[in-house]
Amino acid sequence: MTAHPRPPVIDWATDFDHTDPQWVADPYPIWDELRRACPVARSERYGGTWLPVRHRDVAAVAYDTEHFTSRSVVVSEVRPGPDDMPAPIGVAPPITSDPPFHALARRLLLPAFSPKAIAALEPLTRDLCRELLAATDGKTEFDAAVEYAQHIPLRVIIGMLGFPQEDADIFRRFIQMILEDVGASAAHRQEQMERGEIDEYIDARITEHLAQPRDDLTTFLLEAELDGNKLAPEHVRGTMVLLMIAGIDTTWSAIGASLWHLAQHSEDRKLLASKPEVMATAMEEFLRAYAPVTMARLVAKDFEFDGCPMKEGDWLLLPFPAANRDPEVFDGADDVRLDRADNRHSAFGLGIHRCLGSNLARMELRVALEEWMACYPDFELVDPSLVTWSAGQVRGPRQIPVRILTKAG
Amino acid sequence: MEVHVDRERCQGHNRCYALAPELFDVDDLGNAFELNDGLVMAGLEEKARLAVANCPEYAISIKE
Repeated sequence: MTAHPRPPVIDWATDFDHTDPQWVADPYPIWDELRRACPVARSERYGGTWLPVRHRDVAAVAYDTEHFTSRSVVVSEVRPGPDDMPAPIGVAPPITSDPPFHALARRLLLPAFSPKAIAALEPLTRDLCRELLAATDGKTEFDAAVEYAQHIPLRVIIGMLGFPQEDADIFRRFIQMILEDVGASAAHRQEQMERGEIDEYIDARITEHLAQPRDDLTTFLLEAELDGNKLAPEHVRGTMVLLMIAGIDTTWSAIGASLWHLAQHSEDRKLLASKPEVMATAMEEFLRAYAPVTMARLVAKDFEFDGCPMKEGDWLLLPFPAANRDPEVFDGADDVRLDRADNRHSAFGLGIHRCLGSNLARMELRVALEEWMACYPDFELVDPSLVTWSAGQVRGPRQIPVRILTKAG
Repeated sequence: MEVHVDRERCQGHNRCYALAPELFDVDDLGNAFELNDGLVMAGLEEKARLAVANCPEYAISIKE
C-alpha cells in the first residue's frame, strides 16, 4: 500500500494530513505557519484529528493523562475497537497504557534500558557499525540509510529480544505495516491486522523461549511478575511488539537524518572530524532539529483545550518535532548548531511516556555517527532529489545515496 | 551553590547524569538524584548550569 489515496491538502489549519506528500517532504514550514496563525489545528480526516504545534501545547497534552488516553498512539482510519485491550493496559503496554497500570508495566522494563544497562551494549554496537562500514569498503557511492543506518537498531534489538538475526527482513515488513501504511483505507488496515502475522511470529518465538529459557528480554518478560502473577500472555505479546516496532525505525531515522544533514554541510563535517568531542552536543542538536517521532493520543472525555472543543474519541497528533522548532523555547530554532549547549529538546517525549529506549537510542546514534565519521570524514549527497522520507508518525530518510570524498587511512 | 532534582518531575531522560556525572547519578530505573546533598564543588558551576538548561522536564533547580 504505497499509493496515496487521499485528496491533497489545501488548508493546513482545517484539513491537515500527516501522510500528505508535502508534509512528508518538509513539515517544518507547515508547522511554522500554524504556530503563527492557529496554534491548534483541526482536520476532519481520520474521523477527526487535532494538532498542537507550540512547545507549551505539546507539553500540556503530554502531561495531561486525564483528558488524553494513550490507548492508541498511531493515528489511522482504525480506532481501537471492542475486541482490543481496553485502557489502562492497551494493546502494547506500556506505550498504550494509562495510569495507574502504566507505571507498573513501565517499571518492569526500565532497569533493562537504564544508562548503566545500555552501556554494556556499546562494544557490540560498535563492532556492528564497523562490520557494516567494512562491507562498504571500496565503494565510492552507496546508500547510507539502506546499507548502514537501518541495520544498526534492527540488529541490536533482535539481539536483545533473542530472536534470529536472519529475521531482520520480517521485522522490516512489520514496521512498514504498522507505522507507514497509516494512509491505507480502514478495510485494508483491518484486513492486515486480522491476518495476525505479527502475533503468529511472536507466538513462535515465545514457544521457543518457553521450551528453552535464555538470557534475553523475551525470557525476562515471560518470567516477570506483577503483583505476584506472571504477565498476561497479551501483555507479553504487546510489549514485544512495542520493543520490535518502537526501537527500530525511530533510531534508524535519527541516524539517517544526522548523516543526511552532515552530507550537506561541509563545515559541520569538518568540525566533527577535527573535534570529535563536539559529538556530545551535535547528536542532541540532530535529535532536536530532526526529531523523528510524532506521538498521538485519543481524547478521553469532552473538554475544551486552548479554546478548542475536544470530543471523546478525537485523535490528537503530538508532534514533538514541532515543539523542538518553537522559537519561544529555542534560539534560532530552525538553525542547526552542532555546539548548541542549552538544549531542552523533547525528541524522546515529555512526561510519563518518555521514550523507554532513549538511552539505547542515544548510544546507538552516538556510536553510529562516531564510527561513520572515523571511517568517512568527508562525504556528500549524490543528488538531493534522490533522498526519500518515510510517511507517518516516524520521520526519517529511507534512501540517502552518498558519495564518499575521503576515506580515513 | 546547590542543585536539586525534583523526583516527581524527573522522567529519566538522563541528560544531567550525562553532562555532570560529578553532580548527579541515576537509580536502577534510570531516574536521577543529586550527589553530595546537591553541593556543587568549586569549578563545577558551569556543569550544574548545563544540567538545568538541558533537562526537558524542567526538573532541576539551582540554589545559590
